[in-house]
Amino acid sequence: MNLTLKIWRQKNANDKGSMVDYQISDVSPDMSFLEMLDVLNEDLITKDEEPVAFDHDCREGICGMCSLHINGEPHGPDKGITTCQLHMRSFKNGDTIYIEPFRAKAFPIIKDLIVDRSAFERIQQSGGYVSVNTSGNTQDANAIPVPKEDADMAFDAATCIGCGACVAACKNSSAMLFTSAKVSQFALLPQGKVEAKKRVQDMVAQMDAEGFGNCSNTGACEAECPKGISLENIARLNRELIKAKTAVKH
Amino acid sequence: MTKLDSKIPSGALKDKWTNYKNNINLVNPANKRLIDVIVVGTGLAGGSAAATLAELGYNVKAFAFQDSPRRAHSIAAQGGINAAKNYQGDGDSIYRLFYDTVKGGDYRAREANVYRLAEVSANIIDQCVAQGVPFARDYGGLLDNRSFGGVLVSRTFYAKGQTGQQLLLGAYSAMNRQISRGKIKMYNRHEMMDVVIVDGKARGIITRDLVTGKIERHGAHAVVVGSGGYGNIFFLSTNAMGSNASAAWKIHKKGAYFANPCFTQIHPTCIPVAGELQAKLTLMSESLRNDGRIWVPKNMDDVKAIRAGQLKPTQIPEENRDYYLERRYPAFGNLVPRDVASRAAKERCDAGYGVNATGQAVYLDFASAIERYGKETAHVQGLDENDKALVTKLGKQVIENKYGNLFQMYEKIVDENPYETPMMIYPAVHYTMGGIWVDYNLMTTVPGLYAIGEANFSDHGANRLGASALMQGLADGYFVLPYTIGDYLADDIRTGPISTDHPAFAEAEKEVVDRLEHFINNKGTKSVDTFHRKLGLIMWNKCGMARNKEGLTSAIEEIKVLREEFWKEVRVPGGMNEFNDELAKAGRVADYLELAELFAKDALHREESCGGHFREESQSEEGEAKRDDENFKYAAVWEYTGNPGEAILHKEDLVYENIELKTRSYK
Repeated sequence: MNLTLKIWRQKNANDKGSMVDYQISDVSPDMSFLEMLDVLNEDLITKDEEPVAFDHDCREGICGMCSLHINGEPHGPDKGITTCQLHMRSFKNGDTIYIEPFRAKAFPIIKDLIVDRSAFERIQQSGGYVSVNTSGNTQDANAIPVPKEDADMAFDAATCIGCGACVAACKNSSAMLFTSAKVSQFALLPQGKVEAKKRVQDMVAQMDAEGFGNCSNTGACEAECPKGISLENIARLNRELIKAKTAVKH
Repeated sequence: MTKLDSKIPSGALKDKWTNYKNNINLVNPANKRLIDVIVVGTGLAGGSAAATLAELGYNVKAFAFQDSPRRAHSIAAQGGINAAKNYQGDGDSIYRLFYDTVKGGDYRAREANVYRLAEVSANIIDQCVAQGVPFARDYGGLLDNRSFGGVLVSRTFYAKGQTGQQLLLGAYSAMNRQISRGKIKMYNRHEMMDVVIVDGKARGIITRDLVTGKIERHGAHAVVVGSGGYGNIFFLSTNAMGSNASAAWKIHKKGAYFANPCFTQIHPTCIPVAGELQAKLTLMSESLRNDGRIWVPKNMDDVKAIRAGQLKPTQIPEENRDYYLERRYPAFGNLVPRDVASRAAKERCDAGYGVNATGQAVYLDFASAIERYGKETAHVQGLDENDKALVTKLGKQVIENKYGNLFQMYEKIVDENPYETPMMIYPAVHYTMGGIWVDYNLMTTVPGLYAIGEANFSDHGANRLGASALMQGLADGYFVLPYTIGDYLADDIRTGPISTDHPAFAEAEKEVVDRLEHFINNKGTKSVDTFHRKLGLIMWNKCGMARNKEGLTSAIEEIKVLREEFWKEVRVPGGMNEFNDELAKAGRVADYLELAELFAKDALHREESCGGHFREESQSEEGEAKRDDENFKYAAVWEYTGNPGEAILHKEDLVYENIELKTRSYK
């Protein structure tokens, strides 16, 4: 098929940036979206133009490196997948496709379609861990049974890949889904409960400090999340936060 | 041979590690603060090492080329992690895990290292659970296990099909704790360009900031490379696009010997190649072979009808299917090790029985598993076991619970529903057992320079068993290196900070800049990928699943020619002092073009078949691999001398005192 691509080009963080049109032909429906961009780039290089910079790595939907706002949606039109799992069979011959970076104040653009998501790193560093050393003397893994339901819910929350689609989808650019996924994972497991109060407060404070917006419960994040992280995690974060803030100090 | 001292401790196998730990030098906590360690790569090995070294008190600088340690390709490991916990009470033990690993590796791994790996494996699970890694559990709240290829026990711990992700996020969280304490300084979007050797010791690295292009010098008392394997040398592999061999190859050129480069794992269950413009291949976890049965049609007419689209696989009756693994290997069936399963698929496809348009695909079928689980569930729930529709529905639910994300991944790529029709799979390059040679301490032949995880060669011999890569990465990083490195660093407590003003840093930096400038100024006619694809084809066709003297000899020549052309004709757009992905790729491909030659040279010299290395000249009448212990029972360890073709071979004889060398049989 033949397509028109309208792609955001921006030389660096200080450049103003603009949409640029490209024509691409002979696209096979079995190609992945990023393979289509590979072909475009190959063509640009032979024409001595600069290829379009985009983030990508595993190309199987798990590393969270790829991003892209495609036709107004993070990771494009299909549900439950990342951009690298999107295939061209989701488009028709003659389509015009708009390709932009994830837009959020807390995700400054580095170049073209690449954004800086280090704010997510700092949120994780503020409390996304259990304080246990690698002593090799921790108790046996089966010493504390964990109800299967809790373990499964913790796992579902832990499958967040940190891609930032939730932020890009949210009209407030809120990072609540991302933050709540990690808070929930640990809140649901006995190993994480010890530090639960401190964790939720620290992570929320860091999230606010990074300039992410507030959650107004529209659910756009859940709808666009490639891993189907549930809004229930945000509710759990709020409960954990209230519990922590109203806790009686001993 | 003088430099190859494996430093295996004396004493009985089961006591070696304990006794060794009791006797090595330690650095006291106050002195650890005076010591800096660089860790290159933040996957399971690098990430866990960085976290543990920082916990111990060392000042760690960690480097990743992605924008976060969480993106390292360990994240994509699906099926699970082995540990000799014997929670299932099925007779597992440290010895059995050790034995399975050595046998699975076709007797080309070092006994003492593998035993230590098996020994610390149980600790890994304890540690990960303590970190909050959400492993799969049963209804009693205890950890669940599953089976993997090449073994007869159930010792694999898992988190659906995302075990690597959960383990890496565990290591990442441990890193984050240390980053927040200031004990790890994290350099994301930084690529190691070279290692710096001062007075014979590794004392730092040169990096490039991938966003600004800035070249930086970093000094340290020791350098740890956990940068993964070199599977991307084949262009098409299950590795991530950015996975590369450059850190490993750079340290090889600076004195670290490279062992067994030809030992490559071709994983049997990957989604077949679809088109010429494909950029990478996707793995379907080996865990699927627990429940999936592999087959091709028995009759050529059926094969032709399928390829012509006139027949569906579900229409072929049971008696006309060739479950070739069950036929050839009744004892292990679909759970033979990866090298055996891959070669068997190739054998059927070469004979013409491949089931897709390219003739390079076999079926992985879940129909019998769906029926079996469906009946079981119906029985448990007191429902009608003879209601076919109900049984199928229940069975699909069980399969979805176990492998849901893998089935979804398959459907997205292939556009077929694997619950309804068998998956099509074909082998693809997945893992490299070869790597930087290390001694028992995981130190390379350069003092102060360490290699861990897939980047080293030590534990998997000529073939790695499933669910053992995660085990090795975390064992090296959490439990081995943090101890053994102390033995070396104990001599460095009075050294003081390593200055980057030493001429060795300036010299290394200049080499790096010169090379980058060459790429930018070359203004050739062909893109980096053009060369990478060509190299991939040479490697796949001549250094792939089956190799022979003629093919390898011509591969070496072709690689040389391609390398020359690359340096003359490569075109890298853009500049040096900016984000420039093509420039980063050019450096990596330049290194592949050298490593590839050593790879082929190693494969040519090893005139035996073992594990993933199959020499057509060395096979039994039944087509099984024929090992030659008399002449090749050693690790081939190559020393760089200025040109990969002229590398000097050193041999580390592999001594088996606790395992009897046998012909590997899974029949």
